[in-house]
Amino acid sequence: MDRPRVAIFDFACCEGCQLQIVNLEEELLDLIDNVEVVEWREAMSEQSREYDIAIIEGSITRPEDEKRLEIIRTRAKTLIALGACATIGGINKLKNNFEMSDVKKCVYGKSADMPHLETMPTKAVDEVVKVDYKIHGCPIDRKEFTYVIRCLLMGKKPEIPEWPVCVECKSKGNPCLWDYGQVCLGPIIRAGCGARCPSSGFRCFGCRGYIDDPNVNGAKDVIERYGLSVDALKAKMVLFGIGQGPTNA
Amino acid sequence: MHNNLDINVHHITRVEGHGNIVVNVKEGKIEKLQWQVPEAPRFFEAMVRGHSYQDIQTIVSRICGICSITHSLAATKAVEAALGIKVSEQADKLRILMHYSEQLQSHTLHVGYLAAPDFFGTPSVVPLVARAADAVKTIVKAHRIANNWSDLIAGRTTHPVTLIPGGLTRTPTEKQLRQLQQTLKDAVPDLKKIAEVVLSVAANIPKFERPTEYVSLKQTTPPTYTFYHGGVTSNDNKGAVLPIEKWHDVANEYMVEQSTAKWAKWHRDAYAVGALARFNNNAELLSPMAKDAAKMFGLQKDCCNPYMNTVAQLVECFHIVETSIDLIDQLLVRGLKTEKVTSSPKAGKGAGCVEAPRGILFHEYEFDKNGKCVAADICIPTNQNHANIQKDFEKLLPEILDQSEKDIRLKLEMLVRAYDPCISCSTHFLDVQFVR
Ligand code: SF4
Ligand code: SF4
Ligand code: SF4
Repeated sequence: MDRPRVAIFDFACCEGCQLQIVNLEEELLDLIDNVEVVEWREAMSEQSREYDIAIIEGSITRPEDEKRLEIIRTRAKTLIALGACATIGGINKLKNNFEMSDVKKCVYGKSADMPHLETMPTKAVDEVVKVDYKIHGCPIDRKEFTYVIRCLLMGKKPEIPEWPVCVECKSKGNPCLWDYGQVCLGPIIRAGCGARCPSSGFRCFGCRGYIDDPNVNGAKDVIERYGLSVDALKAKMVLFGIGQGPTNA
Repeated sequence: MHNNLDINVHHITRVEGHGNIVVNVKEGKIEKLQWQVPEAPRFFEAMVRGHSYQDIQTIVSRICGICSITHSLAATKAVEAALGIKVSEQADKLRILMHYSEQLQSHTLHVGYLAAPDFFGTPSVVPLVARAADAVKTIVKAHRIANNWSDLIAGRTTHPVTLIPGGLTRTPTEKQLRQLQQTLKDAVPDLKKIAEVVLSVAANIPKFERPTEYVSLKQTTPPTYTFYHGGVTSNDNKGAVLPIEKWHDVANEYMVEQSTAKWAKWHRDAYAVGALARFNNNAELLSPMAKDAAKMFGLQKDCCNPYMNTVAQLVECFHIVETSIDLIDQLLVRGLKTEKVTSSPKAGKGAGCVEAPRGILFHEYEFDKNGKCVAADICIPTNQNHANIQKDFEKLLPEILDQSEKDIRLKLEMLVRAYDPCISCSTHFLDVQFVR
């Protein structure tokens, strides 16, 4: 088989997820041996127009970006949404709490009406085009990224955790942050990050998006012990996943 | 000499974010020469409104993946200033150590992966593996050391999860710090190797000069080559230091039509921030090894070749490693304590300032009595460099107009890359002067 042609594109985001790809270091060089990277603006100057796998980082926040994404979709056999900005709209969705005119005025004052500052409510990638796979997190987990890419190279469907962060958190033996009065969203959020934040003493704020069925053991007892409810927890997702739909792909 | 020339670099590569270069020469006359920033604006100052003072750093960290620790630190300092929250000496030192880890991450990434291909004349770092395998391996190693270092103190390499108003959520163990210190000591020969490789291609660094204003932090008590504490200074300000609350006097932001990002000026029509600015204002305070590295490249105070910013970053790598080894000693001598951090909401307004790898960064927030954010103002280093890049272009192009189109294009691109811009974060706020 020919090496699949891979292209990476960024939209509105912090580019931290691409940085995790760079952070793979030697493993990246190894991956690059198995694919042909035809476009990656941040790391190289060559550019191309055909690709088997398109990796999309960032949220869609302008009409012209919607068009650009649609064109990329027509040229790509497989499309992957990379990171929370792409999978659930990420932090960029905080903008949707406000009127666009107010947001522009707040940041650009009297210049707010300049045409190049035009903006629209933030969309996740799958609100614009069909997404084949999602790699969750803000930023993504490097290991999960290589796992998904390797699965695709082998023609396998990657399996992404369908259980909550609490499961990983408990298996690490962390004390529960609810005991310390922190509003931790672990019970409703999709695992796969190794309970990154609670393991550092910081509440899970939901960057991987919520799981579709949080009622599994591991989360259930946390919910019971602290008298929580799934709906009340969802209401506390004020940083990530505002107005979020299902996250499985 | 080109009579007609049309260069349009749409979305310059190997920089963080999007920027365009437009050159239009007709009959030997430069008709258009623009550094444009068309990045999708992201509106962070609007988005943080209504959020708790405890969540600010988690939100604004996402301004830039490459300087996420720096943004979190600037925001946390601003929140603490606004709410009058005190930080222990141990937490302060650990934060500085955390900050250094990101400087090293970013500098090795820029010097090794993003700028080096220019010096070697390759389109990316990948072909470099074949040409200079050893050098690439050493850079990869240094970059990984920096990443693991951030993991240890910040909870991860990008978007820290240990930083909260008042301190840190967790303290590393003495054993972990000792290991880190050993790793850093072992990294010194690697840094020297990287410096030698860069020196071997230093002849490809363009010779171009344009005096400008260099703005950076300056710390006088005790005198320190600072990235974290101190006030604002510049060569035009005659070494006088402004308290950071006065940052609006420095970063006079304005809008231009070629950019979604704001531009800034202080004493002149443009100023520069970044490693070269820090070096020009503070070089005498560098660590001994960093001074040696500067000497190796003939880098001296008052250097006004913007391409040398990359060399200044390399020099700073030595300073960061040497200073951190010492900082860990200070922490170990005091003995590490587990600290319980508490804070409570209060109304107030405050500014926080730190040096990002690519230059000075200002954050300012105002909170109501419930600790909810009512207003925010953020001024990032890349914005402060945009006007200066444009001014450099205007002096540079006439000087190189007789070169091939390929060379002109490369020199302009290299110039932008030398500033190490992260344009994704540069689209943001201002009280506007409209310029047409
Ligand atoms: S998901 Fe997070 S880390 Fe990734 S690009 Fe978006 S803001 Fe950056
Ligand atoms: S609620 Fe948070 S801290 Fe508690 S077990 Fe779940 S993930 Fe861990
Ligand atoms: S613990 Fe929660 S917020 Fe932290 S990385 Fe995992 S999913 Fe994201």
